[in-house]
Amino acid sequence: MSTTTEKQGMAERGMGYGLRALNRLAGSDLLDRIRIRKQVEKALFQGTKNGFRGATAAGRTFKAAQQLGKPARQKKGRSTGLFDLSPDDEQQMFQEAGRAFAADQVRKAALEADEKRETPKEILDQANELGVNMLGVPEELGGVMTEQSAATSVLIGEALAHGDMGIAYAALAPGAAATAIGLWGSAEQEATYLPAFTGEDIPAAALAILEPRPLFDPLALETKAKRKGDEWVLSGAKSLIARAVDCELFVIAADAEGIGPALFVVESGAKGLSIEDEPAMGLRPAATGRLLIDKVKLPASALLGEGEAKAKDYAACVNRSRIAWCGLATGTAQAVLDYVIPYVNDRQAFGEPVSNRQGVAFTVSDIGIESNAMRLATYRAASRADRGESFAREAAIARKLCTAKGMQIGSDGVQLLGGHGFVKEHPVERWYRDLRAAGVMEGALLV
Amino acid sequence: MINLEIPKKFKPLASQANQVATEVFRPISRKYDEAEHAYPKELDMLASLIDGMNEGSDIGGAGAAGVRREKSDDGENRNGSNLSTVLGIIELCWGDVGLLLSMPRQGLGNSAIASVATEEQLKTYGGKWAAMAITEPEAGSDSAAIRTTAELDGDEYVLNGEKIFVTSGDRADLIVVWASLDRSKGRAAIKSFIVERDNPGLKLDRLEHKLGIRASDTANFTLQDCRVPKEALLGDPEVKEKGFAGVMETFDNTRPLVAAMAVGVTRAALEETRKQLKAAGVKIDYDVPANNQHAAAARFLEMEADYEASWLLTLQAAWMADNSKPNSLQASMAKAKAGRTCVDVTLGCVELCGSVGYGENELLEKWARDSKILDIFEGTQQIQLLIIARQLLKKTSSELR
Repeated sequence: MSTTTEKQGMAERGMGYGLRALNRLAGSDLLDRIRIRKQVEKALFQGTKNGFRGATAAGRTFKAAQQLGKPARQKKGRSTGLFDLSPDDEQQMFQEAGRAFAADQVRKAALEADEKRETPKEILDQANELGVNMLGVPEELGGVMTEQSAATSVLIGEALAHGDMGIAYAALAPGAAATAIGLWGSAEQEATYLPAFTGEDIPAAALAILEPRPLFDPLALETKAKRKGDEWVLSGAKSLIARAVDCELFVIAADAEGIGPALFVVESGAKGLSIEDEPAMGLRPAATGRLLIDKVKLPASALLGEGEAKAKDYAACVNRSRIAWCGLATGTAQAVLDYVIPYVNDRQAFGEPVSNRQGVAFTVSDIGIESNAMRLATYRAASRADRGESFAREAAIARKLCTAKGMQIGSDGVQLLGGHGFVKEHPVERWYRDLRAAGVMEGALLV
Repeated sequence: MINLEIPKKFKPLASQANQVATEVFRPISRKYDEAEHAYPKELDMLASLIDGMNEGSDIGGAGAAGVRREKSDDGENRNGSNLSTVLGIIELCWGDVGLLLSMPRQGLGNSAIASVATEEQLKTYGGKWAAMAITEPEAGSDSAAIRTTAELDGDEYVLNGEKIFVTSGDRADLIVVWASLDRSKGRAAIKSFIVERDNPGLKLDRLEHKLGIRASDTANFTLQDCRVPKEALLGDPEVKEKGFAGVMETFDNTRPLVAAMAVGVTRAALEETRKQLKAAGVKIDYDVPANNQHAAAARFLEMEADYEASWLLTLQAAWMADNSKPNSLQASMAKAKAGRTCVDVTLGCVELCGSVGYGENELLEKWARDSKILDIFEGTQQIQLLIIARQLLKKTSSELR
């Protein structure tokens, strides 16, 4: 058994994923799963042989089960025309289930998941049971939501991230690929890929947009898709993909020749894909990895939406991802607030609770104000998206708030606990690391 | 169903208010900033117009129709006078906050009267312009420490004390004065009294010269054996523990109105700055990450995000009041965020626009002066943070001082 430290050391030495994957085989859960799909074993063997750089998961065979004439789409959300902050009944149901799950399971698993860089399978399974990864699947294809679900997804992301942001990322990442296909995929793409997200064994999947470089702009991609006859050839690299080594399906953003930035549906078995371990400051339960794309040949049908792919859809995708991350940041910010309140009330200094001091109390007030505003801005952006209204401005504003205020809240959370906040005995140091992600991540999640 | 947009039914109101702001306030904005203490007579006609609007609908003009809590426990989502008032104020203050504060019959005193007055009092005092007198030289944020006294003498109360910072104090018909029935009983004994402006016991000491909102007169008074009828006491005359809490509760309703003022001024500065930046060739892009844009655009986005936060918190507080949800916490959050944002943003806009922002040819420098009071009156930033902290931490005012 290697320890966390050894794993980190491994990464520092520039080694890839192989040993970690082997290590994971020791976990019985994973073995069970591999018995179901023998190919993975083979792939892992290949991976380790090639010097700690892993192949992508061999994956299942995606095949169109039914054929619809035109793509199925969830309907736009309704509106009564009234200002309203109350979630509807369905949303409340998801929200409550998410909260209970986060409190009972996610928070409790968070410390160990952070150390091991792995989210327990039971947790992922239970999240799937909650239906979190099929919200973007249209009803015709076995989904549960007739209307668009950005606000619902935000509520769930917020609830799960109150438990742990890294686990929330690991649990929700597959749904991003499904939602992208449900929003912009062709009829054939929907029929091929979406049924897998409504069954029991939901594949790990990823919406891969972020690239490893400073000042990354999702509208100016360095991952290129070149035309070669009827085919596309993709090259580039994508960063911080949740459960990268397990992913069976990728929706990859690339600058497509003659089109501009666009999304491609790529199965993990595609030749030229490989995974490198990419541990980061936070989001560690998501076992983040880097996807390397080396001249991957794809058929014309891999372009999401095929002939209908539009620049505005890609921009919408980028903004919907930002809204999703805002949902997570809001949940984690609320977790900070809920944690520091009893702490500063109990903690004594100079003969009284530290919360009797304005310096401490006002920091709590600011966390309350800004986390509330982060939530409202995120809800506004999401609900506008659901109703088919413009939401680029609102998404940008929510992101700005969640990046700046979210990080401030993360920092204040540690500060209020002083030295105790700096050690792993309390979760605030983890939230500090995770909240930095809200301003860094692009893509990966989708509402 | 989550929807954080201006309600459809209030859009005509917001657009009317915006027209007033554009056609009436903006053209005379600089004039009355310069002519401090001159009465903006242009507002008389407008005030009658707004009286008419108040009569005809549940739409609250500048807040004077009062912000009575609507009883509603049927679980139906309501968008009522709190929300419409806030939306109207935002638009009017986008025009000019000093002029809004000078609107006849739209004073905070009117709001207090409309919110708690009895039917009788409404009959006697309705239709008059009422200012609010709380602050004293020795009692600002600490309104429980006020020294003005009210003694019952037969059928009359006799008021004695000194009041400062009374907005529209010179121009109003009535002054709502906070005074103590018994200084030994602390805050429970503090009541508000309606005093006619021409009461011989009410002496105007002076009008202040100010940093901003110069269109609005700010008066200081001395109350010397100022006699008012017994019926001039607003609310319950009993000295009860909960009495002061009742008085303070009116602030739960009025704090979002002041937050709305700040939101309006903030938006004015941002809109002008966006125009100025555009003319200078700076484009603000919502899709491209802020760090990949011009530094001025990135700064603008940051300020716009704080603006949106203020706007949303303000609507949240008003919506909660409309739906009979306790909103003291959210009202203070709105006031705190909107107040500090207004100051930061208006000053930031002056900085971005350079000498154009700092000079008097544009209104940016004026807004940067007007904004400061919005982080002070109706409870300073620090008082709001105290209220918020006490609620979040469940502390009494003696534990967290």
